[in-house]
Amino acid sequence: MKRIDCLEAIYEDLADRAVVTIMGAVAAELYSLGHRPNFFYLEHAMGLASSVGLGIALAQPERQVVVIDGDGSVLMNLGGLTTLARYAPANLTHIVFDNESLLSVGGFPTATSTGSDLAGVARAAGIQRARTVDRLETFTAAASEDLGTDGLTCLVAKVEAVGPASFHMDLHLLENRFEFARALRPSEEA
Amino acid sequence: MPVSESNSKIVYEALVGAGVRICSALPETWLVHLIRMADDDPDMILVRLAKEEEAVGISAGAHLAGARSAALMQNHGFLAAVNGIVSGAMLYRVPFLMLISDRGHMGERDHWQTEGGKYTRRVLDALSIQWDELRAPDEVELKVRKATTLSLSSLSPVGLLLSRDLMWEEPVP
Repeated sequence: MKRIDCLEAIYEDLADRAVVTIMGAVAAELYSLGHRPNFFYLEHAMGLASSVGLGIALAQPERQVVVIDGDGSVLMNLGGLTTLARYAPANLTHIVFDNESLLSVGGFPTATSTGSDLAGVARAAGIQRARTVDRLETFTAAASEDLGTDGLTCLVAKVEAVGPASFHMDLHLLENRFEFARALRPSEEA
Repeated sequence: MPVSESNSKIVYEALVGAGVRICSALPETWLVHLIRMADDDPDMILVRLAKEEEAVGISAGAHLAGARSAALMQNHGFLAAVNGIVSGAMLYRVPFLMLISDRGHMGERDHWQTEGGKYTRRVLDALSIQWDELRAPDEVELKVRKATTLSLSSLSPVGLLLSRDLMWEEPVP
């Protein structure tokens, strides 16, 4: 299963949500499918995408939030899973692409390559609905289900360690940041 | 425990007065009353953290979604959050109001706190984070308001050091 195919499968479902991604391949591939003002690519601060998503979800409980994370990033902020579980925002969907490597920096294997189970960690942290999928069909069905669920979910998608030819995005992170904040303004203020 | 409840209340009310409605916190002795007050306030969202760096992400998300927030942490929590502060709040120009208990400074008796106290101000300065100290109860409200204003106008982290004089009622031996 390739991450780009998974992203393509959920791309339309991301239209009206606040979407926060990590840096690297996830950001570049989502961007390549077509940037939207409601997409925020966290190009640094590794590990904090889920915390950013939590902040948005708590500040705007009526808005649906999707965090698109990676195994390397989640491993840098495992405690964040316990914080997510503790507040369990019903409007947050956490998708973790697990390619068992730090692809953007040379493909060094992460601990998921030797058996660490992020969905298991998420469940043990207290996120009741956390599961792993490894085929596109099951990913598409599970993601669609999670995105339609009123409750915190975590979906770990096992994907191949392949990425885009280029990580270049023609969008400065500050432009993205201000555009995203504007997109999150309540409509009467927009 | 001689943590000043009355001065904690002044600090808490100053945060509320400055429009803060999300407080991230990781407990430490001087912060206990502040955290309890946030927990008891139905209009405040208290986020109990596993590690202080999470607060940077939460505040960034809250700001992008239009909410004011603050983070309550010990100076060691500030030190633990430095990467998030630099590569999150500073890189992305996000206001980040930190209330930092100033452990290991003058009058500290806990020897395990004394090392970190040497570096709190120096690290704040090294990061060019503007900071002030809250010492007297009657200066708290204005300083919190000014810090919030600066953080929002500069889109930057700002630090307020919660001093021993303000937070701790036991006389210095």
